Amino acid sequence: MSVPGAWYLVLAAALFTVGALGLLIRRNVLVMFMCIELMLNAANLTFVTFARMLGDIGGQVIVFFVLVVAAAEVVVGLGIVVAIFRRRAETSADDLHVLKG
Amino acid sequence: MLGAVHPTIPDAATFAVSAAVIMGGALGVISSRNPVHAALSLVMTLFGVAVLFIEQQADFLAVVQIIVYAGAIVVLFLFVIMFLGVDRRENVAFEPLRGQRPLALLLVAIVLGGVLALGVSADWATGAKAVAGARTAGGHSNVYALGKAVFTTYLFAFEATAGLLVIAVVGAVVLARRPKMGEAAGPDGGDLGLVDDPEAEPAGLELVGAPGMASGEAVPTEEAVPTEEPVPVEEEVSR
Repeated sequence: MSVPGAWYLVLAAALFTVGALGLLIRRNVLVMFMCIELMLNAANLTFVTFARMLGDIGGQVIVFFVLVVAAAEVVVGLGIVVAIFRRRAETSADDLHVLKG
Repeated sequence: MLGAVHPTIPDAATFAVSAAVIMGGALGVISSRNPVHAALSLVMTLFGVAVLFIEQQADFLAVVQIIVYAGAIVVLFLFVIMFLGVDRRENVAFEPLRGQRPLALLLVAIVLGGVLALGVSADWATGAKAVAGARTAGGHSNVYALGKAVFTTYLFAFEATAGLLVIAVVGAVVLARRPKMGEAAGPDGGDLGLVDDPEAEPAGLELVGAPGMASGEAVPTEEAVPTEEPVPVEEEVSR
């Protein structure tokens, strides 16, 4: 008998919580991006767990699409970080308070 | 329904070790002072999640997780960290907003408690088991089932991801491209970097070398840029 799905769901909730906490308390934009990746992984783990519990492959397909969206999000986000860093040599979210370039 | 089943020792051990790896990596991401260490901790978490994917018969996703996440996304993170040279240590103890961390902890604890209470009250998984159509590995391999679902039921979404990726690539090129002063007034089109004009590149280099001289050509809204720009640009060139 494999591990019950509830264990996975609790683990995914804890992982999501840690990611959200990091997003709230860290100020480095790059680390904040990594915390978003943590939260996405927690959601992925939940989807795969539900796919196993309910016997539906749709959960795994959603994870596949989440991977694609995460890749696109990281590419654009890091492009924004590079563009901001070119104007102001810092990656702290606290110091980025001006919309004007 | 869930307390009744008891996992076998290898399954439970795999889950326990993976959970420890995942949570250790996650805590490493949010607590390490050096962004490079955070990225390496992220690899640890991603690897643990991949192990749990295999444990739940999602073989293809586990491989994709390793290749795409650990192989491409984290490398992209590391590349940007080292490209920008921001791998210096950050003072984590410094707290600019007083009370931010206790409030964040409180909020996150409320969210976690709410999610867990919801899960317990809903018996973790509601809904009927799939009886027809796409099944997880119903006699076939996981890759077969996933591929069939992607190319039949979810075909439109799959095609849409192609468009998303193209848009992301174009956006990354536009964002990471060094702006040219002469083009700043143009609405769009030439801004994409696809137009190949020979005198554009010297203009960009002149901006790097002598930003004060190039400011005469700038439109009024961009006047503030050259005064701020020399420091980061020269720093970057020196690396």
